[in-house]
Amino acid sequence: MSEIEPKYLKLSGLEPLVVTPESNFINVGERTNVAGSAKFLRLIKEEKFEEALDVARHQVEGGAQIIDINMDDGLIDGKEAMVKFLNLVIAEPDIARVPIMIDSSKWEIIEAGLQVVQGKCVVNSISLKEGEEQFIRQAKLIKRYGAAVIVMAFDEVGQADNYDRRIEISKRSYDVLVGKVGFSPEDIIFDLNIFPVATGMEEHRRNALDFIDATRWVRENLPHCSVSGGVSNVSFSFRGNNPVREAMHSVFLYHAIKAGMNMGIVNPTMLEVYDDIPKDLLERVEDVILDRREDATERLLDFAESVVGKAKESKVDLSWRDDPLQERITRALVKGIDQYITEDVEEARAGANKPIEVIEGHLMTGMNVVGDLFGSGKMFLPQVVKSARVMKKAVAYLLPYIEEEKLLNPQVGDSEGAGKILMATVKGDVHDIGKNIVSVVLACNNYDIVDLGVMVPPEKIIAEAIANKVDIIGLSGLITPSLDEMVHLAKEMERKSFEVPLLIGGATTSKAHTAVKIDPQYSNAVVHVNDASRAVTVVGDLLQKESSPGYKKSIKADYEVFRDKFLNRGKQKEYKPIREARKNKFQIDWNSSEIVRPRQLGIQVIEEMDLQKLIDFIDWTPFFRSWELHGKYPAILTDEVVGEQATELFGDAQKMLEKVLREEQLKAQGIFGLFPANTINDDDIEVIVDDVIDQGAGEDRTAKKFVFHTLRQQLKRREGVADYALSDFIAPKESGKQDYIGCFCVTTGFGTAELAKVYEEELDDYSAIMIKALADRLAEAFAEFLHKEVRTGHWGYATNENLSNEDLIGESYKGIRPAPGYPACPDHLEKLTIWELLQVEERIGVKLTEGLAMWPAASVSGYYFGNAEARYFGLGKIKEDQVADFAQRKGIPMAKATKWLAPNIADE
Amino acid sequence: MKDIYKILEERILVLDGAMGTMLQRHKFTEEDFRGERFKDWPHPLQGNNDLLSLTQPEAIAGVHRKYFAAGADIVETNTFSGTTIAMADYHMEDLVYELNYDSAKIAKAVADEFTAMEPDKPRFVAGSMGPTNKTASMSPDVNDPGFRAISFDELRIAYKLQAEALLDGGADILLVETIFDTLNAKAALFAIEEVKEERDIEVPIMVSGTITDASGRTLSGQTAEAFLISISHIPILSVGFNCALGADQLVPHLEVLSGRTEHAVSAHPNAGLPNAFGEYDESPEQMAEQIKEYVEKGLVNIVGGCCGTTPEHITAIAELVREYDPRRLRTESVSL
Repeated sequence: MSEIEPKYLKLSGLEPLVVTPESNFINVGERTNVAGSAKFLRLIKEEKFEEALDVARHQVEGGAQIIDINMDDGLIDGKEAMVKFLNLVIAEPDIARVPIMIDSSKWEIIEAGLQVVQGKCVVNSISLKEGEEQFIRQAKLIKRYGAAVIVMAFDEVGQADNYDRRIEISKRSYDVLVGKVGFSPEDIIFDLNIFPVATGMEEHRRNALDFIDATRWVRENLPHCSVSGGVSNVSFSFRGNNPVREAMHSVFLYHAIKAGMNMGIVNPTMLEVYDDIPKDLLERVEDVILDRREDATERLLDFAESVVGKAKESKVDLSWRDDPLQERITRALVKGIDQYITEDVEEARAGANKPIEVIEGHLMTGMNVVGDLFGSGKMFLPQVVKSARVMKKAVAYLLPYIEEEKLLNPQVGDSEGAGKILMATVKGDVHDIGKNIVSVVLACNNYDIVDLGVMVPPEKIIAEAIANKVDIIGLSGLITPSLDEMVHLAKEMERKSFEVPLLIGGATTSKAHTAVKIDPQYSNAVVHVNDASRAVTVVGDLLQKESSPGYKKSIKADYEVFRDKFLNRGKQKEYKPIREARKNKFQIDWNSSEIVRPRQLGIQVIEEMDLQKLIDFIDWTPFFRSWELHGKYPAILTDEVVGEQATELFGDAQKMLEKVLREEQLKAQGIFGLFPANTINDDDIEVIVDDVIDQGAGEDRTAKKFVFHTLRQQLKRREGVADYALSDFIAPKESGKQDYIGCFCVTTGFGTAELAKVYEEELDDYSAIMIKALADRLAEAFAEFLHKEVRTGHWGYATNENLSNEDLIGESYKGIRPAPGYPACPDHLEKLTIWELLQVEERIGVKLTEGLAMWPAASVSGYYFGNAEARYFGLGKIKEDQVADFAQRKGIPMAKATKWLAPNIADE
Repeated sequence: MKDIYKILEERILVLDGAMGTMLQRHKFTEEDFRGERFKDWPHPLQGNNDLLSLTQPEAIAGVHRKYFAAGADIVETNTFSGTTIAMADYHMEDLVYELNYDSAKIAKAVADEFTAMEPDKPRFVAGSMGPTNKTASMSPDVNDPGFRAISFDELRIAYKLQAEALLDGGADILLVETIFDTLNAKAALFAIEEVKEERDIEVPIMVSGTITDASGRTLSGQTAEAFLISISHIPILSVGFNCALGADQLVPHLEVLSGRTEHAVSAHPNAGLPNAFGEYDESPEQMAEQIKEYVEKGLVNIVGGCCGTTPEHITAIAELVREYDPRRLRTESVSL
């Protein structure tokens, strides 16, 4: 039997540190980390290096065997601070005797650190996050500088958050490092991501256990490696309750060390001795850490209340007001504090030769920091929008002085911005949250924004682009008809011999659509950009004088390749004729299927919906997504990366929501109707409207017939899978059964545009975007609320339903409420039928634009299907034969049908 | 030519002795240092020993010849100060490539002569890469401990040029020696790795640190083991110590290396400590007697001399080590 020759992790400062199986757990000191220690951050910012050295010395004296040094903070030059502090540390033999962990998310800081330390350091950290190529490059250099490395369990897909992913990523990282780079396996330390437990989220229950199991796997299967981690994360949900946190740390470490974790960042003052943990607490903590009981979290929570923890008092720290002027301005911009900005800007103006210098100097210096932080993922969108708010206030304050200066020195021209960008939501579309966010972020990066607003006709875009001599045109849209508008605009730009690049963005846009439909229409650059941070890079690349031609060419080539690939792929799909698809419709046994007659047939209007009732129905996850914070609510609030930002954003949202409710700033209205209906001719639904709005009123009772035209799946799929149309969920006339259907429209949007405008006038884009995002969420919540009312009351087919909000979001109820324009029924034209049928505009004021978008934007409309077997599906692509059939059924010209169904028509 | 890795398993290799000590015997004047070529050089040149490879090449070849004749397997090129950093003192940065190239060429020619005469005992040339006169992890200013007179990148670039020239001139081995600041050595090793990668070649590397005094640490403060760990990321031929101490004072430090490294161990100590006149006066017999402890304990694979040692010292050492087995390589388990 050949035994593996022992290879130990060996590090050095002035003295060696050899990690053997006999070594105790290696404790990494982390107080010299600006991200983790407010005190250390302050000392570094104030250049009190002597005291900063004391922090390091104190840790070594306290038993830290490695010291982690991190200078990642937006307000300090990380590279310079890292080098300076390391040089000083090295001159102190009582500190420098231990090895150093160079901790940064920026490679240039890591490399600068490696260049000034003679001993063998640990780099913290690298990962496969940015792909294998960069991982290999960095690993090779680390090896050459003679350091060990912490590898985060992170890859291109994301951070490992379960057992399998941790193993998958660590195995792959190991194979690349040892196999391709020739990295010594004993110099690899895995950080397998310690995540919080007892958060109340089902999917977090195994967080600690998965880490422990993965640690065991790594130590058993990846020879010679070490495992490390930041322990305090595990108890994140018990912030403020130190006795419980200390017990959690000890228990976690006790089990993780047994599994093979041999190093980590632990605050020694936040650690209880395992054996000293009271028995009852120990049992509950172990239940949570090891996921031993269904109710472990609840039991620990109950118990925690009896374990009195001292909550930290929070106080606003205003010491930064004593910093030098530039630092104050930078901080105000980075932190989004607008309270003092005019007084600081006035101070800067008083000291400057010309007022414009304050913008170009002080303010741009600060905004550059913001840009760098955002670009490197250190700041998140909501923060950047707040920064913009501060910037706008500062500029607004300076403008009168600049105008005055211009009068005095008329020969001085306007200062050149980085470039001028036209932004518009296209004709027929009203959605502008994404467009506004991109505008704000670009403005932060010193671009001039010409924002034409929503529903902008193409002639106006063309005219304004010429008049303003813009450098880029950016188009946005959310509904599918907007895609055609964009194609049309590209054609117009080509016809007018435009040369400026065209940016395409918005929820329904895609790289595929851009490449296949828009790009061929315009001989200059067309780029699809769907998030704000990428917009900055793309615009930068497009406008950089030197690199721009090459970039444009490469974009053009990229889209061409993408287009070819996409079209080739498309051709492989096979479709069946609509006649055959109909034969394969989804079959409901109408003899046995339960059909419930609605308790109240006819149309009802909800004149004034109490917003308070909608709060519990809000699905917050899309709200965070609209701010480019990705993750599920509520887990996102404690997310390691965006948690802090998400929490802050959520707090701001709650505040605004409260104000909206208190001051009744938004008005919610709704209308819905429930009607007898039957499917006719396979794909159409005949609705009988006995139009009585006010019960008992002496109006004419004339029954009218309306027809909803549905579309049917045509893509060939495997045997036994039905080809769905919504009409399949309604009993056909020939079955002899009377069935029912509903439709609705709700809005919470009245007042939104006015509020947003007020905020915009106050130069507060953050609040302007926030109110729109909230209105959207309220409208969705209203739709959810009303659906529930209908299911359990007005229609009453689900009277016993008792579902939580999560169940609602998970759509675990009976029956569906598909919306025209969405996957099951992508045809927007059907909205016209709903509007006519319910008299939506006349009764609650929600309009349809020429693109068939609803106005106000925060509105939702759709159908109600009550059958137990009704389900959501995606129509997919359809063929010409169905388009022709549909045009005929609807009685509209083929050309009109083709135009509206274009995004869903399969290419020949 | 036989692979040096193989020979190291068979016997203890002998490194040459001091170059400077031998050159002092010539009592070269300022004119001699300048030669015809640099007679109008605007700066004094006496003491620039590396320059003698250009102005007195015969004298340099003569020293190499004497050491090979004394029994040395490896001689070091006359390039201890052959970096743009050290040569700045003489304003001769632009001559660095030529100095190293010619020095290697001179040594290689002599080595080839001896190998031709004794094919069973092939002779090797180690390109000497000294520490330079600046340190990357220490401040020259006691009042400003954070200050650095040289950066890693400046060192790396300087060392890269030296390594390239030495290899072009025919050096078989690169010897990073007299390391008193490990960070300087790491820059040299980094540079060598770059050259290896760019040229797609393997080069045997010898690394030799300097324990400056009885504290048992390098000038930059590292213990022998910390030093070893700090340079072990690069595949090397050998690691050892040279200079500053006499042979017997090196024993405990060599024991540390020998017990903890899988690579060969080298030692080239001074001929004792300098006397009151700054001269090394340990006799060849006295030195050999101390080195006997190395070989009896099986501590070394390569041994030679540094300051104050002469061909006579090397003869005594060569005669001694012939009787002993080399330190066993690739120890199964590393004792702690």
